[in-house]
Amino acid sequence: MESTKTDRSRRYLNPYLGGVLLGLVLIAANYVAGRGLGASGAVKSVIVAATDVIAPAHVKNNAYYSEYAKQHSSPLKNWLVFQMAGVLVGGFLSGALWGRLKLKVEHSPKITSRKRLLMAGTGGILFGFGSQLGRGCTSGSALSGMAVISVGGFITMAAIFGTAFMLAYFFRKNWI
Amino acid sequence: MGPLVVNEIISENTNFLLAFLIGIGFGLVLESSGFSSSRKLAGVFYGYDTVVLKVFFTAAITAMLGLLFMSLFGWIDLDLVYVNPAYIPSAIIGGVVMGGGFIIGGFCPGTSFCGAAIGKLDAMVFIGGLFIGVILFSETYGLWDKLYMAGFQGSPKLSESLGMSDGLFALFLILAAIGMFYVAEWAEKKFPREEY
Repeated sequence: MESTKTDRSRRYLNPYLGGVLLGLVLIAANYVAGRGLGASGAVKSVIVAATDVIAPAHVKNNAYYSEYAKQHSSPLKNWLVFQMAGVLVGGFLSGALWGRLKLKVEHSPKITSRKRLLMAGTGGILFGFGSQLGRGCTSGSALSGMAVISVGGFITMAAIFGTAFMLAYFFRKNWI
Repeated sequence: MGPLVVNEIISENTNFLLAFLIGIGFGLVLESSGFSSSRKLAGVFYGYDTVVLKVFFTAAITAMLGLLFMSLFGWIDLDLVYVNPAYIPSAIIGGVVMGGGFIIGGFCPGTSFCGAAIGKLDAMVFIGGLFIGVILFSETYGLWDKLYMAGFQGSPKLSESLGMSDGLFALFLILAAIGMFYVAEWAEKKFPREEY
């Protein structure tokens, strides 16, 4: 029984079917809201909203925050914040359905959990920083940008995947 | 005709409700495709699992074609759909930094939320990193604002820049994707890994 349970948790959707479904979700986003999907924008919204509560003067003084606050009546009343809340729910439902709900650190047997967490944190910082400089991450800039054939989307996509490919050799122990 | 909220066919609140539902769909597809696993995601860079490439390009093509057809049928006004602005230097440098984050951290922002939703602790730490990274950029914005605003090109479409119609561009992209899928299937056979 144990083995069938393990097999089940390792079962995934056919990737081409998954791609078509993701494409349909992206079409729905554009049809409803006139914009694509996104993730890093929601993180930024939460940060601006929290900063506005803790230190409203700081939001006014910081050019990057204030520009954003000016465009949004309330930073948390943001399309991407609602969408990302949905992602957490959808991800959880799928994980529950396939028996993948489990608290764990996933890592290559060649590295420790501690090292994996350190790398995950470092990667997150870089991705967070880069997503602001690049005006969106893999979802908002690369995927959604490509769907509307934007030059910016294709550039971001090529830069993200190109760089990761070029650096892959140096970080191989973390993954294989 | 879409986009619904821009044409004021639905209210702002309905738009937020639909954003939540669309997000659920996004999360369901990402997780069931395996995007909650950093080792599956990173596989594309070593060839042992190319699910990222397959899902990503199939999704981009599906959405691109879907939007073009819907525009043709008069269901959506593509002039009202947001096209990402092109600031070339910041797009490249931001992308390079994100690429480093991807191979080191194993997630991108969307997939990290998906991983966190099913209990991956590394994904939760990655999200913590995201917050730090965004705050770091915002707090040091004065150092980057020139780079951030440099090289603005408007919101050009790649098809226009290449002097071809959107449809022809989509056709070329589909052909390129088929080529990449072929290489991806080959790589998975060439660099197989049973356990990861």
